[in-house]
Amino acid sequence: MISTGENAVRAGGSLLRRVRSALDPLTTLPAHRGQADSGWLAVTILCEPQDIDRDNLPEPLAELGDRIEARVHAAAGDKGTELRVRLRESSPGPAPGRFSGTDSQSDLRSALRRAKQLIEVGEVLKVDPTPHGERASTPGGLLLEAWTRTAPKAGLR
Amino acid sequence: MKAVTWRGVNEIGVEDVPEPTILNEHDIIVEVGLSATCGSDLHLVGGYIPAMRAGDVLGHEFMGTVAEIGAGVRKHHVGDRVVVVSFTSCGQCWYCKQGLWSLCDNGNPNPGITEALWGQAIGGCYGYSHALGGYAGSHAAFIRVPYADQGAFTIPDGVSDERALFASDAAPTGWTGAHQAGVGPGDVVAVWGAGGVGQMAARAALLMGADRVVVIDRFDNRLEQVRTHIGAETLDYEDVDVAAELREMSGGRGPDVCIEAVGMEAHTPGAQHVYDQVKQQMRLQTDRPAAVRDAIYACRKGGTVFTLGVFAGLVDKFPLGAVMNKGLTLRGAQQHGHRYIPEILERMSRDEVTTEHLATHVMSIDEGPKGYQMFKDKEDGCVRAVFRPAS
Repeated sequence: MISTGENAVRAGGSLLRRVRSALDPLTTLPAHRGQADSGWLAVTILCEPQDIDRDNLPEPLAELGDRIEARVHAAAGDKGTELRVRLRESSPGPAPGRFSGTDSQSDLRSALRRAKQLIEVGEVLKVDPTPHGERASTPGGLLLEAWTRTAPKAGLR
Repeated sequence: MKAVTWRGVNEIGVEDVPEPTILNEHDIIVEVGLSATCGSDLHLVGGYIPAMRAGDVLGHEFMGTVAEIGAGVRKHHVGDRVVVVSFTSCGQCWYCKQGLWSLCDNGNPNPGITEALWGQAIGGCYGYSHALGGYAGSHAAFIRVPYADQGAFTIPDGVSDERALFASDAAPTGWTGAHQAGVGPGDVVAVWGAGGVGQMAARAALLMGADRVVVIDRFDNRLEQVRTHIGAETLDYEDVDVAAELREMSGGRGPDVCIEAVGMEAHTPGAQHVYDQVKQQMRLQTDRPAAVRDAIYACRKGGTVFTLGVFAGLVDKFPLGAVMNKGLTLRGAQQHGHRYIPEILERMSRDEVTTEHLATHVMSIDEGPKGYQMFKDKEDGCVRAVFRPAS
């Protein structure tokens, strides 16, 4: 039988691991980090697996050359094809860097999204230059501008 | 060109901005004929969705004439009269192919913002903040329309500009709510909010075979429009006990489907409104969910509640106990208009859907600030202020 005290300790430990995982994934990765399933970024693309050649990836990913490795699998339920990529020499950064698009995987994240668009749509969607009026130099406005600039590279993983 | 712009919280301007250009081969440029204000714009105007920059062009509900086409456009030609769905969706990803167009994987060039907010990025929307792509809006002489073969629809001859305008957003949003909520023959449907979207949700429910449709609001002129133009019944929540009336109207069961078409700035009489307003202003909750709470309490056991009004973040005092114990289905969505607009235009051409009455105040771009003020304050019976850039 597990005592109330042991339960509390376990719950506390679980909470601590979750907080640490969000702030710095490296601290909670398994011992084989960097080899098996860590650091992969994935998208599901509506195409057949044979439409994606791991050795001849779309341009945005091909530009990263030997710095990345890729895996291709059919997605369950006819949802398309899962394309996973990761940097060989780098690991996921902490959450603030991922959300702001300034972590080590930011270029890879952006390249993966652009590759998906190229395969599905045939072109990468642009938004700039977009018509706008006078921009006021408020702190909030500058912060939003900075976030918008990095948003194409930002993400949860 | 002149455009109506967001200048700051509760500050609307009219500015000269550059004309848009073709950026992708699937783009078209539309010369805007009419562009409507929308209740969801008020969340931007009031600063409740803090992802607007000073100078951003507002407007996402519009129709006009094709002025220029990209090299990859197949469906449209210069001179076509078109209505454009407010969401930008690629038409090629899994979500678009499932008919869930507003969930498009590729339509938002700034996916990092909404991934951080909601866990996943959804499609983009014209003039609706940098969180939904940073696209320029339609309150201007011209607008760029990406994925034009997917999002622009030729308006049938015989459908007026004023009618077709609301096939851009209000009508397909209403259709999304009624259809995704599963409205069918014999249903009793209650709709909270008698603005453009609420009226169209009610009309859609009637056309989908609902036995009885009731719309709830507090503005006499909007309720009158519902009775006259939509053919639904009405309740004024300032005069009656809505939950009791709905029980009576549905044989004691409660409505089978409850559609909330109010959004994050809901008004309620009494202390609840003050409580929600204070918490929202103190940023202890981002959205005021009063109408959603009412819908959940009113809905029959095992029924469906659909949140069609725009919400951005977190709400307080959410009656999850009622959702769970009554076995409710709770759904929500931005509009998947691409799948509904062809049907809506066809019904418009047969006079089964009429919308001209929504455009209570048509004005020039120069009157943008006045139009938004009238719309926000419901001044002079304003249901929608609509801008005509050419005037």
